[in-house]
Amino acid sequence: MNNANSMHEDQESMLKELMMLDFKLLDLQLYLDTHPDDMNSISAYNNLLVKAEALRKAYQEKYGPLTVNYPVSDTWKWINNPWPWNKMEV
Amino acid sequence: MWYYDKKLQYPIKITNSNPKLAKYIITQYGGPDGEIGASLRYLSQRFAMPTPEAKAILNDIGTEELAHMEMVGTIVRQLIQDVPPRKLEELGLGSYYTEHGCGVYPENASGVPFSASAFQSKGDPIADLYEDLAAEQKAKATYDYLLQLCDDPDVIDPLRFLREREVVHFNRFSEALQIVKDRMGTKKLY
Ligand SMILES: [Fe+2]
Repeated sequence: MNNANSMHEDQESMLKELMMLDFKLLDLQLYLDTHPDDMNSISAYNNLLVKAEALRKAYQEKYGPLTVNYPVSDTWKWINNPWPWNKMEV
Repeated sequence: MWYYDKKLQYPIKITNSNPKLAKYIITQYGGPDGEIGASLRYLSQRFAMPTPEAKAILNDIGTEELAHMEMVGTIVRQLIQDVPPRKLEELGLGSYYTEHGCGVYPENASGVPFSASAFQSKGDPIADLYEDLAAEQKAKATYDYLLQLCDDPDVIDPLRFLREREVVHFNRFSEALQIVKDRMGTKKLY
């Protein structure tokens, strides 16, 4: 169980991949805020969004919820360690 | 409103503690040019923004700054956690330990608590956006200084990321400022 602040290597690399996709999306979001008609950025945004959503779904199915609005199965996994600020023991 | 996403914006994994460095970096948590101040500044100023672009950019950068506040808090915590009190005292953190233990408190590098008097919300979009440009430049300068004081790659990496974001924010605010000026010129606001 996730009693320690440990995160398996596979979990960590999957999460880092999602962090990267979400970051690219945010960066495009800010750009689009001041360039709302930029069609290239809009299509890049849509492509990245599909990838990020798929990866988020796969991650959450494997490792539990990243956002609280996620179906609850047997236990309230939301509280599970590690939280983002925890020092990870590898 | 907001939803919490249970991850950092950028990975942080600090192996070696370094309380002295934590004491400097904490200013980007609760200091005058830190992330809490940045977030509160933009999220407060957005209410008086006149154009859709300016409303959106203040809302969204203000939100990103919350993720940066979380990153800086994480760096500080990981740099001081598990350090024995005597060691903290030796390194100049005796007062900090007395007040906050190994917790994270919003203050600047000299121990002055966070104050909203470090920023304005003037209700004048041009004045506010000029302040935002300066704020981003000051935050970037602080990260530059911190990077000069830091030789741990585990800390340099996320600090560089945060520094880069200030540059991007500066650019987005410049664009928003230009849009607001143009539209005020033609009186086609809102
Ligand atoms: Fe910023």
